[in-house]
Amino acid sequence: MMKIKKLMRDIELLEKVEELSEQSPNACIQCGTCSAGCPFVDEMDVLPERIFKYIVLDEVEKVLENNTMWICAACYTCSVRCPRDIDIARIMEGVRQIILRADIDNVDVDEVDNIEELPQLAVVGCFRKETG
Amino acid sequence: MMVEGHYYYPGCTMKEKGSDYEKSAMKVMEQLGEPLVEMEDWYCCGAVQSLSEDDIMHQIAPIRTLLMAQEAGEDEVVTLCDMCYNVLKQASERMKEKEDDLETMNEFLDEDPDYEGGVEIYHLFHILKEKKGEIEENVEEPLEDLVVAPYYGCMLLRPDHVAIDNTEDPEIMESFLKLLGVELIENEKRTECCGSYHTVNRSDIVEKRVEDIVGYAAREGADMIVLSCPLCHFNLDYHQRATEFEIPVLYITELMALAFGLDIEMEHHSIDPTSLLEEKGIKE
Ligand code: SF4
Ligand code: SF4
Repeated sequence: MMKIKKLMRDIELLEKVEELSEQSPNACIQCGTCSAGCPFVDEMDVLPERIFKYIVLDEVEKVLENNTMWICAACYTCSVRCPRDIDIARIMEGVRQIILRADIDNVDVDEVDNIEELPQLAVVGCFRKETG
Repeated sequence: MMVEGHYYYPGCTMKEKGSDYEKSAMKVMEQLGEPLVEMEDWYCCGAVQSLSEDDIMHQIAPIRTLLMAQEAGEDEVVTLCDMCYNVLKQASERMKEKEDDLETMNEFLDEDPDYEGGVEIYHLFHILKEKKGEIEENVEEPLEDLVVAPYYGCMLLRPDHVAIDNTEDPEIMESFLKLLGVELIENEKRTECCGSYHTVNRSDIVEKRVEDIVGYAAREGADMIVLSCPLCHFNLDYHQRATEFEIPVLYITELMALAFGLDIEMEHHSIDPTSLLEEKGIKE
């Protein structure tokens, strides 16, 4: 909890996201194409395009204190459809990285109870996306 | 090419949960006169691509693999796994496009020789595409009584700079399946994500994806789903237990091997395809 509060106080959100993703949330025209095609949108607290708006408005809490970036599985469906050619999957990765680099993980290996049943690439992939 | 055949990168999953894919692919490719020759040594690719601008660290493993190919005198590497294909391909493209990254990479690789950026990554489908005549010739008995739902998932089609076919309306897998004589459903869900690595800690999310994808195939009358990714395979196969459906999920090389009359083991299937295959007269 402390870590996230400190992160939210210190972060230059838009700048950091742009630096990590090499994409500009500013280019978003809020057309909603990304959300419309995202297969996981029902699970997200906040729609992808709202996240981009909040990043631009520097609404740090609204970006970092929800589940959207963790639900995004980097399927790139939105990235190939965005009319503004924004690689949205990279922005989501940028937001994940900001949190992970503040030493806040989203998955704990001890809580995965069926690890031997899972294919190796699922485990490697999950830990790569959700731990720092 | 140095080796007689295709220089093959397996990745970790092919050696365990995905071994049915590897074994059947080995047999099929041998039969087609395009044998896969496994690299002497390789590293886990990392399964997912690191998308951050400054993250060169996570490009090291895929590039080390490419470097091993380079040092073996090979300029092409072939994968079976869709995720390995995607990661290796994105990493190799990045090194081609960003000279600075290639330079930083070679500093990291310190003791190793420099990676020169010239190794091309291919997927099984790239090879099969050139062998359609041979595929057709090798079919013993067309699988006419079988209705198949082709399924691509994400990693062969997106992002677009690594896509092996049209991102929204691919047909490469269908073009192979038609040669086996099967009937195909128009699978609207074939490019949708299976839930990917959420299978580790959010199986509820994957179950919903499976319900949607498999449910569509079932309603359209599919007897089986065919694909080429070991993670999609696991998700669509294993997580059907949370749904009302029970449709076998096969790797395309398993179905191809069966159509060629080759003997294959099918060990890692939660939904056993045997009774379907017997019913359709494909396997005794
Ligand atoms: S598709 Fe692109 S432009 Fe449209 S809302 Fe999403 S990010 Fe913005
Ligand atoms: S990349 Fe993420 S946000 Fe975009 S469609 Fe896929 S899961 Fe949704």
